[in-house]
Amino acid sequence: MTDFAEPGALLGALLPEITLLLGTLILLLVGAWGGESSSPTRRSARFALGIVGVTAVAVVFAWLRGDGFTTDDRLTGDGFRWAIDLVLLLGTAGALAIFDTEQLRTRAYQAEIPVLMLLALSGMMIISASRDLMFTYIGLELMSIAVYVLAGANRSSARSAEASIKYFLLGAFASGFLLYGIALLYGAVGDTRLSALGAATPSAMYLVGVALLLVGFAFKVGAVPFHLWTPDVYDGAPSPITAFMAACVKASAFAMLLRVMAEGIGPAIVHWHPVVWWLAAITMVVGNVVALAQPNVKRMLAYSSIAHSGYLLVAVLAYSQEAAAAVVFYLLAYTLATIGAFAVLGIVSEGRETTVTIDDLSGLWHVRPGLAVALSVCLLAFFGFPIAGGAGFFAKWYVIQAALASHTPLTVLVVVLVLASVVSAGYYLTAISAMFNRPRPSQLPMPVQTPLLSGIVMVVAVVALLVLGVFPTPASRLAAAATLRAAPLATPVAGTMTVSAPTVAATEDAGSTP
Amino acid sequence: MTPFYRFQFYLFALMAIGAALLFVTRRSPVSAALWLVNVMFALSGLYVMLDAPFVAAVQVLVYAGAIMVVFIFVVMLLNLGRPGQLPDLREVAPRLGAGVVGIAILANLLAVRRDALPTVALEPHADNVVTPVAELLFSDYLLAFELTSIVLLVAVVGAVVLAKRKAAP
Repeated sequence: MTDFAEPGALLGALLPEITLLLGTLILLLVGAWGGESSSPTRRSARFALGIVGVTAVAVVFAWLRGDGFTTDDRLTGDGFRWAIDLVLLLGTAGALAIFDTEQLRTRAYQAEIPVLMLLALSGMMIISASRDLMFTYIGLELMSIAVYVLAGANRSSARSAEASIKYFLLGAFASGFLLYGIALLYGAVGDTRLSALGAATPSAMYLVGVALLLVGFAFKVGAVPFHLWTPDVYDGAPSPITAFMAACVKASAFAMLLRVMAEGIGPAIVHWHPVVWWLAAITMVVGNVVALAQPNVKRMLAYSSIAHSGYLLVAVLAYSQEAAAAVVFYLLAYTLATIGAFAVLGIVSEGRETTVTIDDLSGLWHVRPGLAVALSVCLLAFFGFPIAGGAGFFAKWYVIQAALASHTPLTVLVVVLVLASVVSAGYYLTAISAMFNRPRPSQLPMPVQTPLLSGIVMVVAVVALLVLGVFPTPASRLAAAATLRAAPLATPVAGTMTVSAPTVAATEDAGSTP
Repeated sequence: MTPFYRFQFYLFALMAIGAALLFVTRRSPVSAALWLVNVMFALSGLYVMLDAPFVAAVQVLVYAGAIMVVFIFVVMLLNLGRPGQLPDLREVAPRLGAGVVGIAILANLLAVRRDALPTVALEPHADNVVTPVAELLFSDYLLAFELTSIVLLVAVVGAVVLAKRKAAP
């Protein structure tokens, strides 16, 4: 408690975040006093893209210099933080580009929407940097409040407003669980720092805190049975915002989940391991099976994102350095595929109020082959198809590898994962075959010409996915370095070695205290 | 304890009781809510006199400020109509229930003998309450404090975005 961070050290540790926030504030002022512009919203989106680029440079700079640690151990500068930050920046840049396209067609959005996206991004970056539940919570609120508003960004759409209210109510509920859990953990340990939580012996209060924390996390990552908000919100929110939520909010929630579980609540692993095991299994099965019945592509992708939460939970359960690297690689591939898919959907939907159904995709290959190929690659990446699905295959491969190499091999869960993936072929391939095999119905409108920024997003996403699908080594090495640099998972790895010893002690402890 | 202190203390206590009585007897929800604000202010005056300035300040900020705003906001959202045309929302069963709870609390208060309560030091330590809070807030939790201000900024920008009249395309 006494060795708090000096202001100068704090400034150094948060340089990328401060860069981002300064840029965001300038952007806010430009929006208010920037003078006349033919489209203030699009100017704002492009300015925001620039800020994201500068922040990415700051992140790389900080990573190379090994900055970011504070002496009080509340912020960390490990590779995991910076790698997640880069994935988040990539996702945000993609979402901003899609937003620019959407605004070009609908003109439904205000100039403050990119500002809110950047503010949400700053919250996510705080989450990935935080080693203190208090900062994690504030970062989460910063992200969530901004995203609640973003979900209702289209003021002329009733469904967008409905999505916003639903997300707000359920999100606030989940935040309540999380906060209550944090309060109980603080009561049990007397500190909110993950290092202190990781060194504690679990008491009954600690375990109740962990349980509430898990409920909050499960809501935020959209794990079954806490997933009910996901389809409605993803479907109702405007496409660029859905892309932002599916890519960045999910990545950030998993970064939070992984760090807190690995560094914080490791001592209670015997208690949460079976719970998360079932959560992962049910999430994979329900997400994929329900997705089969969705004619609406956005709802289908929402359920598919639920299923992906299940796959990622498997990696979280594996609980090792390799698993953390697998999560980073998975999030990178998933972000690329999400951004690419939503960029295509944004063009196909032509800014209509109703969302795209699979029938609307029929025969896309015959009119716009480029769009059809791009969407196919992204869907195959979600599916985890080798070569054509690019990095998606290796993402799942690394997860499976980590799960099998874990201290308690998760063989059954891996079988569930593979079977669930097979089920997922049912809807991914249906969409693809609709694009290629069906004739184009004459009443369907011709998709508009691809605007420049969306085109760049699509090309970058598809090329990156395919290249990483053939040469995954650079990215996987980067992902491995992401976690090894400062050995962020050192505590849990030590914990995994002796998992049986504290396990027994912990159960006895829990049994005797009440 | 000077007579002046005593006078002040009972003044605030009577204000609190009077406002509370008016609060439960009002028919219109808005005037009831406004009387509740008075109760909160009177209570915070009592806290100041009991050497708890920090609790008093929090009382004003949280109860008289934030929570009352939420109450009035909800009442406005429900848009019940003019006070004269309102049916009485307080039905018999809730009134009886509230009465029973009130009598129970009163009996509890009378049953607790004053000398049975733990005594606290009478020395005024007014500043010592706030200083440690401030010290922690601006050292260990400086970053949390600053981040909270950004959360407030998000809330303001978000509210404006959602409430602003849509610009002509």
